[in-house]
Amino acid sequence: MTASLVLTAAAQGVDELIAALARRGYCVVGPRLRDGAMVLEELQGAASLPVGWTDEQEAATYRVHRRDDRALFAYAVGPQSPRRYLSPPRKTLWSALRIEGGFQFEGEADEPPPYAFVGVKACELAAIAVQDKVLRDGPYPDPSYVRARQQAFFVGVNCGSPAATCFCTSMGTGPAVEAGHDLAITELLTAGAHELLVEIGSDRGGEVMAEVQSTVSWRPATDGDREAKHQIVAESAVRMTRRLEPTVARDVLIANLEHPRWDDVATRCLSCTNCTLVCPTCFCSAVEDVSSLDGDRAERVQRWDSCFTLGHSTLHGAGSVRGDTRSRYRQWLTHKLSTWWDQFGVSGCVGCGRCIAWCPAGIDLTEEVAAIAREKEQ
Amino acid sequence: MVPEMPAEAPTIANVTGSRAPAGPMVPARYRVTDHRQDNADTVTISLMPIDDPIDDPQPGQFTMLYAFGVGEVPISVSGCPRHEGVLMHTIRAVGATSRALCRLEPGSVVGVRGPFGVGWDVSSAEGSDVLIVGGGIGLAPLRPVVREVLAARERFGRVALLIGARTPEDLLYAEEVERWRAVPDVHVEVTVDAASRGWNGHVGLVTALLDQLPITPSLTTSFLCGPEVMIRVVARDILEAGSPADHIRVSLERNMHCAVRQCGHCQLGPLFVCADGPVVTWAVAADLLAVRRW
Amino acid sequence: MNATSIRDLLAAQPVLRDLEPADIDLIAGCGHNEVFPAGAFLTHEDDQANHFFIVREGQVALEMHTSTGPLLIDTIGARNLVGWSWLFPPYRWVFDVAAIQTTHAVVIDAACLRDKCDADTAFGYRVMKRFAQVIVDRLQTTRVRLLDLYGAGNAC
Repeated sequence: MTASLVLTAAAQGVDELIAALARRGYCVVGPRLRDGAMVLEELQGAASLPVGWTDEQEAATYRVHRRDDRALFAYAVGPQSPRRYLSPPRKTLWSALRIEGGFQFEGEADEPPPYAFVGVKACELAAIAVQDKVLRDGPYPDPSYVRARQQAFFVGVNCGSPAATCFCTSMGTGPAVEAGHDLAITELLTAGAHELLVEIGSDRGGEVMAEVQSTVSWRPATDGDREAKHQIVAESAVRMTRRLEPTVARDVLIANLEHPRWDDVATRCLSCTNCTLVCPTCFCSAVEDVSSLDGDRAERVQRWDSCFTLGHSTLHGAGSVRGDTRSRYRQWLTHKLSTWWDQFGVSGCVGCGRCIAWCPAGIDLTEEVAAIAREKEQ
Repeated sequence: MVPEMPAEAPTIANVTGSRAPAGPMVPARYRVTDHRQDNADTVTISLMPIDDPIDDPQPGQFTMLYAFGVGEVPISVSGCPRHEGVLMHTIRAVGATSRALCRLEPGSVVGVRGPFGVGWDVSSAEGSDVLIVGGGIGLAPLRPVVREVLAARERFGRVALLIGARTPEDLLYAEEVERWRAVPDVHVEVTVDAASRGWNGHVGLVTALLDQLPITPSLTTSFLCGPEVMIRVVARDILEAGSPADHIRVSLERNMHCAVRQCGHCQLGPLFVCADGPVVTWAVAADLLAVRRW
Repeated sequence: MNATSIRDLLAAQPVLRDLEPADIDLIAGCGHNEVFPAGAFLTHEDDQANHFFIVREGQVALEMHTSTGPLLIDTIGARNLVGWSWLFPPYRWVFDVAAIQTTHAVVIDAACLRDKCDADTAFGYRVMKRFAQVIVDRLQTTRVRLLDLYGAGNAC
């Protein structure tokens, strides 16, 4: 059985957890309310979290609302995911200096600190496992990702607040934190108490908790606490009405590459790239070689890219393979839900619902798949 | 291989050991030792390593060539060090980076990453007839195939090389093609789209010559490289003539950008062309190339 | 060279496959053998198309002459048909055809074959079908060539 305990004062427990992580050299990152959204930023303590706030999400909709309590983790995922830290949107791979008779490489510009992520939902951990297959487990591991990933510490949260856009239940990726975490928190908030059930998922998680236990009030977890956790995630699971069947989506899309629905969605899709930038598993990147004005210094910069850009499929000296929105949306969805299986053995979707909420046109991939499945051309 | 350090580059020699960055995105430095203008817009450069050399490429593999401060492009290997003593690339000047690479004179330094991808697997064709069809710059990655087959001619059946070009002036490796033509038991045909009187080869599409080649399609391994349209029409004709789809190898082109299966740019259906290709069999390619804009 | 050996020569031509032995006999009756040295013209643009050719050996070029010399449009090698201007009025050649190697060809008299086709329309249909196949193949490859496959701007 998982070692578990209950921190009897939730906010103080989080304060001490963050402090313990910071003492170990981690940059502690978690959700923070900024500009009307829960974004991921460095946390100083529990007060940095969106205390007493929740979110409302629907297709093309994201709003935050006040709750009538002091809940710490009562919201679904915001637009950002740990991907932003493990594989940053922009990083310098190397720089080079022109020297007599050629050029010479210099080291990487900066090495980020180890990150500890607090408040990570199960879908996020599933997404990180997906990105591991791409950036860490392939024939050419990305050294900076491997390092960041190895160092990262994850404090998961069993999700009690799925948004209307969520569908992790059907994807098999949530709402309970079951893998990939060092610690898993369940927020137990009742009329009389505000406690955190903490389950230990790794040795280093145990070490951190030992330190936390020495400074805050706690009690051993009971069967009742564990039952309360199961109740919370079970209720979350049934609240998710959106569904996607991963293997059905895989088979239906690849068998319907010329379905008229692709033309239909192309009339709505703006090719704005939002879905790919909020997606926690999208990994496309581009490198840019830039040089100083005098031409003596050159740099290779890697930045996030999107299959919705024209340049993504450009052939050197010729045109783009995917010159229209129909082919770009089809590439995105068939890759995410179908050919990803061929490449990595899993679906590229974890059911976090971000692409639905942040699509300015309100395109809902679960509905697109359902439409194609309904009117199969085969 | 011990790199020969040209005398004019003492500075690089001094810092060779201090290369800080590592990983698959960091090029090895190579010096241009030869520059040959193949035709109006195409150049072949020969390279010798300054840093640790890349692994010896297989015919059909490609590298990423970096022009300092300009950019990086995928270029197929047109000459392997084990055949030539140098690493050779034939580059057509069609974009900013390829133009910069084509301008490099002997003594210049480029970055090389690689070798990447799946090659032609020439040795698997031993014992069968060999058909090599190269169109335009597509002859470049096939040049090492010809070299490899000629180096062990007795291991292969009948060998036919069919070359398509825009005009006689655009033909790559013209002198070398004449030497290949002179080899007994190697059938070489060159066809162009346009020519004037005095041209001794053919005018027309490469497919028009297929049924005149001294090979038995059902016992032939084919190697095709050129524009995708050419690959499709040639592959279908060979298939129609009785060659099994998995004995037809084609070299695909997509936007190979990182070359290490991570940037997503070169996808073609389930393939990362940089890693699962560029060479695949027609059994794999036929359905993928049939989908428009995929 | 007598009709029997012309018949044997034609029967060996893959371009006449699918035709019945009796058909080959009929065609052979309109044919004779000729050898064109390299550089010789088989036809000239705008001349009367009184015959067509079945190339046995060698190679010919379809050309269009310009003020700066001839441009080669297509080369046609052994075991192939050359010429279809004889099929329809006004029976005039559109291109020059020149031998670029010593070329052995069976030359078929057009009026002779047209008469036989008219007299036996089933035979005529089979001959037209063979010619249509050759024309379609040439048209298709010509259309692909129109794409300027190897030109700049085409990926490869």
